[in-house]
Amino acid sequence: MKKYSILLGLIILGFDAKAQDASSGSLQGDFNLNAQTYTEDASINAAKVDEFLLLNSYSNLRYDNGNLTVGLRYESYLNALQDFNSEYQGNGIPYRFAQYDINGLNITVGNFYEQFGNGIIFRSYEEKSLGIDNVMDGVRLKYNPTKGLYIKGFVGTQRLYFEQGPGIVRGIDAELNINEAFKSLSNSKTNILLGSGFISRFQEDNNPLYNLPENVGAYALRTTINRGKISFNTEYGYKFNDPIGGSTYNNYAPGNALMANLSFSQRGLGIIVEAHRVDNMDFRSNRGAVGDQLTLSYIPAITKQHVYTLAALYPFSTQPNGEFGFLTEINYNLKKKSLLGGKYGTQLVFNYSRVNGLNGGNSVLTTEESHTPMFISVKDEELYFRDFNFEIKKKVNKKVKVNASYLDMIYNIDVVQGKSYGKNIHSRIGILEVNYKLKPKHSIRTEVQYLSIDKAKEYEQDAGDWALGLIEYTFAPHWFIAVLDQYNNGYTDKDEVVHEAIHYINLSCGYSSGTNRFELGYGKKREGIFCVGGVCKNVPSSNGFTLSVTSSF
Amino acid sequence: MKKFKLILCFLCFSYVSTAQKTLPKIDLKTLDNTIINTSEFDNDGKPIVISFWATWCKPCVKELSTIAEDYEDWQDETGVKIIAVSIDDARNMSKVKPKVNAELWDYEVYCDPNGDLKRALGISSVPHTFLLNSQKEIVWQHTGYKDGDEIELYEEIKKLVK
Repeated sequence: MKKYSILLGLIILGFDAKAQDASSGSLQGDFNLNAQTYTEDASINAAKVDEFLLLNSYSNLRYDNGNLTVGLRYESYLNALQDFNSEYQGNGIPYRFAQYDINGLNITVGNFYEQFGNGIIFRSYEEKSLGIDNVMDGVRLKYNPTKGLYIKGFVGTQRLYFEQGPGIVRGIDAELNINEAFKSLSNSKTNILLGSGFISRFQEDNNPLYNLPENVGAYALRTTINRGKISFNTEYGYKFNDPIGGSTYNNYAPGNALMANLSFSQRGLGIIVEAHRVDNMDFRSNRGAVGDQLTLSYIPAITKQHVYTLAALYPFSTQPNGEFGFLTEINYNLKKKSLLGGKYGTQLVFNYSRVNGLNGGNSVLTTEESHTPMFISVKDEELYFRDFNFEIKKKVNKKVKVNASYLDMIYNIDVVQGKSYGKNIHSRIGILEVNYKLKPKHSIRTEVQYLSIDKAKEYEQDAGDWALGLIEYTFAPHWFIAVLDQYNNGYTDKDEVVHEAIHYINLSCGYSSGTNRFELGYGKKREGIFCVGGVCKNVPSSNGFTLSVTSSF
Repeated sequence: MKKFKLILCFLCFSYVSTAQKTLPKIDLKTLDNTIINTSEFDNDGKPIVISFWATWCKPCVKELSTIAEDYEDWQDETGVKIIAVSIDDARNMSKVKPKVNAELWDYEVYCDPNGDLKRALGISSVPHTFLLNSQKEIVWQHTGYKDGDEIELYEEIKKLVK
């Protein structure tokens, strides 16, 4: 009931605010609803759903007045969509906060999202579409004592669905901008930022056999250096021993992670080189928690994030227990009116990434506590992922734009998805997208994609080849309609079960006006892994109607 | 919980009121990883467009690329400034600067890696575009991008400079 009185309070506030017409104060909010019906469909292995209709919805309200901000989010899972954890059930206000700014001291009480540096030791964030929300609940202070120095600290517990995790997390972070802090360097061509964070988690030791550390610390050091066209960013994180609290075995090995990226860019050209090495760096606010629950450390995949459906069929996700990976990407723009660039110019993107296991196994999985894997080792290590891809974007004339891509990928399904195929999947993917502008506000977009599985004996064939076709018609500013067909040619799986060829056909249409958006869809959804920003979830196959409504004011 | 009730009650009874919705004061990152506050956004009293995007969001890149073709004309005619705020997180933040350069965008570009401004403005998906008037009040906003949506945006910008 307490929670509802807050909501009421905020609404009253809103009406009150609207009725007046003086100065300061503004109320903003947003609304989001996703509903789906589920029909049993043996042809795609879609299970029966007792409720028939499932719904996820949330709304944020936020009120700003001068130095004060208060806000909350109301969430409903009635019941949660099938691809969400069923712990999300019912209604609640899991997010509410007040923030005040007094002479440069920023105070937050209640819930807050926070990140130290690149997130190696700490990131509290939300990704609604994946059902991830590890928001903190507690107090946070931010202060800027002198020019160029930024300090923040917090104490809190972490959200786990509609409850809080058992660990108490304390953190402090400082960042120094050298060029702002020292007058003599303010005009320097080189900009340097230094930062450091420390996180400590307290959790009681209830283990009858093992003596577990109740306070576990982790620190990180980072720097960013910019000079002209060159940027360099690096961060090193270290986690003190944090055994998972097992009843028969515990490893007291510490963990660490190092990431670095170097980029060069000027008008028309961008080059990036990135690498990271991760060893036993899964850090959570509850020892031994798994999946996406109560994560403190955030180490995103170093591989390219693909947007086309079939290119994202086998997406890689970081193995926080141990991996070494690197990426290089070159973006190049062939000039307008040049021989190769054509009238409007042409964009080329080349990308290569590769991830492998650590030499001798990562620290946490070996029984020897003193084992430290080699720092860098690429040759002869177990390959986790390898991706080579190339993209061309070209505007042909006033009406036609074309995107073409080719990808060649090797995916270790055993490591990434925990299967036991014993072989990697090698796929080659070709994609062509054409945009055609019929009239200034009418256009047609088509996509053709084909994924071909390497049939060689050393590779796993999984579900075989896939083809995809999409036609989308948009009529700005309000309407769109689209037809999508994903076709699988049929295959025989590990258990000798024959899967017939099948079309996953989807129809969707949408209407938007200002910030209101409605989208209605109908069709079959393929089982698969769905990723946003480097974090993934498993989506079961389904057949039915979907409705999505979003709005903000 | 009690704290919140107290604060809210205090607010309910005090003389609160509202004018136009303004931009919340939030710290963002520049492409050099330094901190900038949204209160520093300025265009000498001329309109500002704030467009939220991400390197992995195709319609976002399409919208910003389409506007880029006419951006010079827009600036000459209305003095508008476009600020592109990337919501890319640690995975892709390092790719923002090279992407902007390769796309030949002449926008001011900032990063919102942990979604602070995105949350404060109630954005549930990108692209999401805001138009600010001379007082830096939000007068118009739009979600999603379809070919031709930039025409409507420009109509709205022109209304502000009449």
